[in-house]
Amino acid sequence: MSAIRSELSVEIPDALLDEASDLPPGVGPYKLAWRRLRRNRVALAFGGLFLLIVVLCLLAPVYSSDIAHQSPNFENITGTVKVGGKTETIVSSSDIPIGPTWQLSHYFLGADQNGRDVAVRVLYGGRNSLEIGAVATLITMVIAILLGLVSGYFRGVLDGIISRALDVIWAYPAVLLGIALGTILAFGGIGPLHGTTLMVPAVVIGVVYIPYVAKPIRGQVLQLREREFVEAARQQGLSHWQIMWGEILPNLSSTIVVFIPLILANAILLEAALSYLGAGVQPPNPSWGTMISEGINLIPASFSLTLVPGLMLVLAVLSVNVFGDGLRDALDPRAKVRIAR
Amino acid sequence: MSAAAPLLEVSDLKVSFETEDGTVKAVDGVSFSVRAGEVVAVVGESGSGKSVTAMTLMGLTRGPNARFEGVATFEGRDLVAAPEDELRRIRGGDIAMVFQDPMSSLDPVYRIGDQIVEQIRAHDNEISKAAALDRAVELMERVGVPNARARLRSYPHEFSGGMRQRVMIAMALSCSPKLLIADEPTTALDVTIQAQILEELRQLRQDTGAGIILVTHDLGVVADIADRVVVMYAGRVVEQGTLDELFYDPQHPYTWGLLGSITRVDSDRSKRLPAIPGTPPSLLRPPQGCHFRPRCPHAFEKCTEVPELTARVPANPDHLDRCWLEPERKRKLRVVDGRIGLASETTVIA
Amino acid sequence: MGRFAIRRLFSMAGVMIAISIVTFLLFAAIPGGNPANRLAGRLANPEEVHLIEVKYGFNKPLYVQYVRTMKNIFTGQAYSYQQGFNVLTEIKAGIPATFSLALGAGIIWLLTSIAVGTLAAIRAGKYTDRLLTVLSMTGVSMPPFFLGAVLIYFVGYKLNLLPIGNFVPISQSPWEWFKHLLMPWFTLSVLFIGFYSRVLRSTILDTINEDYIRTARAKGLSERQVLFRHILRNSLIPIISLWGLDLAQVIGGGAILTETVYNLHGIGQLAATAISNLDIITLMAITLLTAFFVVLLSAVTDIVYALLDPRIRLS
Repeated sequence: MSAIRSELSVEIPDALLDEASDLPPGVGPYKLAWRRLRRNRVALAFGGLFLLIVVLCLLAPVYSSDIAHQSPNFENITGTVKVGGKTETIVSSSDIPIGPTWQLSHYFLGADQNGRDVAVRVLYGGRNSLEIGAVATLITMVIAILLGLVSGYFRGVLDGIISRALDVIWAYPAVLLGIALGTILAFGGIGPLHGTTLMVPAVVIGVVYIPYVAKPIRGQVLQLREREFVEAARQQGLSHWQIMWGEILPNLSSTIVVFIPLILANAILLEAALSYLGAGVQPPNPSWGTMISEGINLIPASFSLTLVPGLMLVLAVLSVNVFGDGLRDALDPRAKVRIAR
Repeated sequence: MSAAAPLLEVSDLKVSFETEDGTVKAVDGVSFSVRAGEVVAVVGESGSGKSVTAMTLMGLTRGPNARFEGVATFEGRDLVAAPEDELRRIRGGDIAMVFQDPMSSLDPVYRIGDQIVEQIRAHDNEISKAAALDRAVELMERVGVPNARARLRSYPHEFSGGMRQRVMIAMALSCSPKLLIADEPTTALDVTIQAQILEELRQLRQDTGAGIILVTHDLGVVADIADRVVVMYAGRVVEQGTLDELFYDPQHPYTWGLLGSITRVDSDRSKRLPAIPGTPPSLLRPPQGCHFRPRCPHAFEKCTEVPELTARVPANPDHLDRCWLEPERKRKLRVVDGRIGLASETTVIA
Repeated sequence: MGRFAIRRLFSMAGVMIAISIVTFLLFAAIPGGNPANRLAGRLANPEEVHLIEVKYGFNKPLYVQYVRTMKNIFTGQAYSYQQGFNVLTEIKAGIPATFSLALGAGIIWLLTSIAVGTLAAIRAGKYTDRLLTVLSMTGVSMPPFFLGAVLIYFVGYKLNLLPIGNFVPISQSPWEWFKHLLMPWFTLSVLFIGFYSRVLRSTILDTINEDYIRTARAKGLSERQVLFRHILRNSLIPIISLWGLDLAQVIGGGAILTETVYNLHGIGQLAATAISNLDIITLMAITLLTAFFVVLLSAVTDIVYALLDPRIRLS
């Protein structure tokens, strides 16, 4: 989403780069952050919620085979199911699928217009969405850190090229770029990135977000390389790579840690958007985005088809966001009370 | 100095802040007074509570986590407990403040002229903008800003550090304050500018008879301009008296340490620069009794009891200090290597 | 200032050209992307494909094709092979919807964010702040198409309060234009309000701790004066510049999701269908349009920034 721009331009306080001045000895800034995070019940609760969702989705195959006895793509338009004593067809004659039966073993959350079990699909879809989100985040972070480090440290022509390339990617609205790349790769493909594999949306989303992370990192590297300890390391004869790895990178760690949940949340949202538009996960594979798209077609007859995947999506993203926010608060050493000196 | 009632009388001021780690006692019982036309220097290192004291007088430390005790009487009113709107009228009006870092103390998006005018009009809502600008020019000229009328339209970042501090002083003077509080006004400036700023302050005292509270950690500045000195350590006043009393007959080991750490042209170059060993205590869990005890080489059993701030030299009833040592012993102990300083080894009290 | 503006204009043009080249290359040069194949259909034989290649010039070198396409776009002659329409006409048809959506939402989200962000900052830590933070977080986590679906279902169908989808030009009926845009405006704004109010809150809290705010209080100004004249004046500067950039993106087709779910037939929706039809020409035209707006508005934003923050002007 284009609005991510505003979120990611918030500065990471560089007080973490300075010595901790009035801390008791031996307590590093990360231990302090961890302590602060532990005290933030809300953030921890939402972090737990996210883990719960992840676990549930990972257990999709278990649910599918052992509990619901349905595979996610099994179409069952004319089948019947017992609901509260009555026998009903899964998809009625006017093409309206049944709503939630609240029976764990049969169509717990209802069926979609192809007779597929919604509960099973929502879990499998979650698996896909979360997997894509995670891989995309990994791609973004690794490449962005690399590019940010290299262009910020070496500067010059290399920096010029990288920065221009980043600017071009950045100027494209994220969704449009995602659709463009997604469609192209799905249709044409480069090597293993082809067709309906999940890697296509993952790579696409990963690439789209690179500039949002690489630019701030580059900015921070530009600042860091002017600091005395870098100069000192040069005097000691350390090579460029040793300096980047051993001196600069550790100072970026708080920035990196804060970015991860942010990118993850946006990656999950972007995947849903792309899938909704048909440029992400391809049918018949489920994803929260595709399910919402299918569900919208059935409004007003049936709303649960849209509501179920939508709620899961919102909950997942919300929990990542709240936890990420708590993480950022914990790493920010600004005390609640500023004591004037 | 007139014998009239003091301009400001601070009595047993206590300021503490509630933080997530506990209560920080930033100011723990501070008392002093300032008379019209007098310069009182409040000296101490970072964390001594001197800035908190100064800012509390203007009500700038008020907040949900701040707790106050004690009284600060100014013209018959107590500043500590005064309601906010009363305090607001005093701020910038009868009492004005100059801050440490002129670079960050001025709003970067407004012109200097507008910022001075803003203060003038906050205390006089009938004056016209033109008249206020005239007054601003007057003030800028008084503090020695060249080309004042044109410079009114400049932005803060277009001034040098020294000029910016002068502008801040001009702004503070705009409503003819009776008391000026200067919090480390020269710390962020280099030595030559420092001298000029101090000259401004001296001039101000002479011209208007205002009282000045000068918060600083630099004894050189103190020697230059102060009439009386209040030495603070870890939230408490440990010594106070006239400039001469402090420099020639200091009673508290901390003061000896401060005096001893002044480098002099004639000091022995082969010896290391004397510094007070150790670090200031945490204000969350201060040491029991005298706050200076852990760093003091002359500490003895009585020091676990909080020393009272009283006059221990009978000849000077206004020279107060917080040290249990006998004045006789003090006179011996404070001489280290031929001058006043703090001994580096523990001296056994016989 | 003049030289500054000219330099910006040049880099603007540069970025636009770069974007158009990249777009073109993406679609024309990716392996397996021979447009003639797509045009000819799946069952065509090589001869037919070759004929199409010659007819449309796909067998010419890439840069020739690129130049021709660009020329067509700028002279208004670009014609979409895949979708069969004049590209410029279609884009012009989509502009009213997109502009109405973008500008309306832009104003709503800017004003609302300022109100919410300021309120949350003033009452930081208290109940109001926490509530507003929860709402902001939810807004940020809510994809527009889902929110759109929820609104359409409840407000549109169940409560029958507002019409569902489609766009009515203001010239046709201002009241209908307004009613049809209410839900889309809300949907599009929610996401931005979530972000902007948090950024503003954080900026305000930073600014409150600045030395010059302390000076402002020491001058004897009332809290209100300090808030509006000093805190907000400084805090809003980054917000305004962000707003300009996001607005540009939304105009240029970034509101694709909202337009699609409400079926507004704006530029965003046009872009979506163009991509799924692999219609390079339309896509390039839209991309150029987006780039143009991004670059124009970012230049305007820079200028506004310089006007608001005198420290920037000298560089």
